[in-house]
Amino acid sequence: MDKRGYFSGFGGCFIPEILTQTFEELVQAYEAAKADPGFWQEYLDVMSTYSCRPTPLTFAGNLTNHFGGARIYIKREDLNHTGAHKANNVMGQGLLVKRMGKTRVIAETGAGQHGVATATMAARMGFDCTIYMGEEDVERQRPNVFWMERLGATVVSVRDGSRTLKDAINEAFRDWVSNMDTTHYVLGTACGPHPFPEMVAWFQSIIGTEARKQILEREGRLPRRVYACVGGGSNAMGLFSGFMDDPVELVGVEAGGKGLDSGLHAARLSSRDASIGVAQGYKTYFLQDGDGQMRDTHSISAGLDYVGVSPILAHLQAIGRARFEAATDAEVLEAVTLTMRKEGLIPALESSHAFAQAFKEAPTLAKDDIVIINQSGRGDKDIFTVADAFDDPAWKAFIQHKAEQYHA
Amino acid sequence: MLETTIRNKLAQKDILLMTHIVIGYPNLDTSFEVVRTMVEAGVDLMELQIPFSEPMADGSVILKANQDALATGITVDQCFDFAQQVARDYQIPFLFMTYYNILFKYGVEAFAERMAECGLCGAIVPDLPPEEADEYLAAMNRHGLAPIFIFAPNTGETRMRQIAAHGSGFIYCMARKGVTGLQTDFSQQLGGHLAHCRAATELPLALGFGVKDHDDVQFIKGKADIAVVGSEAIRVLDSQGVAAVGDLIRSLR
Repeated sequence: MDKRGYFSGFGGCFIPEILTQTFEELVQAYEAAKADPGFWQEYLDVMSTYSCRPTPLTFAGNLTNHFGGARIYIKREDLNHTGAHKANNVMGQGLLVKRMGKTRVIAETGAGQHGVATATMAARMGFDCTIYMGEEDVERQRPNVFWMERLGATVVSVRDGSRTLKDAINEAFRDWVSNMDTTHYVLGTACGPHPFPEMVAWFQSIIGTEARKQILEREGRLPRRVYACVGGGSNAMGLFSGFMDDPVELVGVEAGGKGLDSGLHAARLSSRDASIGVAQGYKTYFLQDGDGQMRDTHSISAGLDYVGVSPILAHLQAIGRARFEAATDAEVLEAVTLTMRKEGLIPALESSHAFAQAFKEAPTLAKDDIVIINQSGRGDKDIFTVADAFDDPAWKAFIQHKAEQYHA
Repeated sequence: MLETTIRNKLAQKDILLMTHIVIGYPNLDTSFEVVRTMVEAGVDLMELQIPFSEPMADGSVILKANQDALATGITVDQCFDFAQQVARDYQIPFLFMTYYNILFKYGVEAFAERMAECGLCGAIVPDLPPEEADEYLAAMNRHGLAPIFIFAPNTGETRMRQIAAHGSGFIYCMARKGVTGLQTDFSQQLGGHLAHCRAATELPLALGFGVKDHDDVQFIKGKADIAVVGSEAIRVLDSQGVAAVGDLIRSLR
């Protein structure tokens, strides 16, 4: 009986006995795919014909001039099919599901992006699909619920616990222990029991591999720093993995919520509020109390509102390879506004955390330094949250008018 | 030793009953009452669940009981005090059931030490497979406590033997896939599975997941040694109160 999937003591595979066989099969399928160059080629073909890979690397000239420091580039994961990096992981796992001969997929979703991506994959590949989503997130991200259902998925609103991402994950596991013979759980981030952290990071490594090649083509040299937001950590793992062996500083940005001293945040690696624990099948830093009960987290962005963090990121922090910071809700709204006005880009609130931190640091860097920000997703889905944050009167009037039409 | 206690009881009864409560659900006073009622109704051993915020292996009934108990503010310390008192008051074996993070945060060695001080006999930790259990096994053995491991319906014979080599006291057999508290089909197939379990270990076998009435317990007689009733007792407690839990227990054998 071997211990597997450990990174500096983080990770592991803490699963109920009923799932042992399922994980054995998954590890085998994953390792066989990794050893098969044909699998990765098939993956690249799907991502270049069904999604929009390689995604562009955009030079943000106006933001660069505005801050007067480093040259700012933006990796455009928002241009993936369904508008986020989630497609990378989902299509990869979809190909594995086909190899394993399963017919149904389930997934958790926070912001709804992973759920929508999974629903498109299931529709295209012919799988049945059920998506678990915390009730609070259903409320925050209603448009994504609409699209998942239109795509043929069943969306289950989870009313247990804090009614957010972690509770959706628990509920997906409860489904899986009943239906694992036909069903694969498409975990959406680089967390959970082995092999998920490693496997999801592998599929997302396409981000960093492309970004490294693109910046060398454009600038002939490497960036000084790269920035990615960190919820579970999959888009950060994706970008970071391209620069792991380079003299490039890796910066992960967590949800600072209402501030690190407020208790209302989701900062696991950049605050002192988290401690090491074991939950949801893996060992990492969790926001938990002294008894080991998980605390409620807060973020303006549903996708970063999570108690745990990728064990591989916890490892990168432990060995000093990556630095972790937090951006507050208010800083994030400022960053998204500035990015829209200066570059005409609409980053998701999640991704805007990476922008906010890069904006804090860019002015302190030299003019010939380069930074890359991962725009992990597009902001269209955040229309209700952003409209509320700015208290947009025209939007409110529109919604009221629409409601009256439905009422009539 | 828990196994010896179980064997002695099995010399007098053809099936033992193990029941389950969530400590602090709906409050500590009721939990004491439920334990007293269950012991007086003749249960042979009991699982005391320390509530956890992420009870991944539990179905809706026990999940809700975990959440409601935590909402009353119950702490792990209070759960130890509760266990100590019931183990002192009643002469049956008591086990802790909880998830690994509760032990991990407390410190696994300190947790086992305090379990022994409180008079507990063992623990069931459903999210801790033997692969991850080195520290836990060492601590439990050091303090003479039984680590109870689980056989699932899809656990193969080789793995059953590996698991049994790490366990003591008894083996907990799941009657079906899924989470606690759902319908179970007590069929010939389940009988066959229990025969495989029996062949893989010398340890006594408990059968749980979906055991709810007299017929289920009759089915288990001769195939396993302990019938485990969990969610059903909570359902009866919720709908009919503590006294009805005693009636349920008395109706089972």
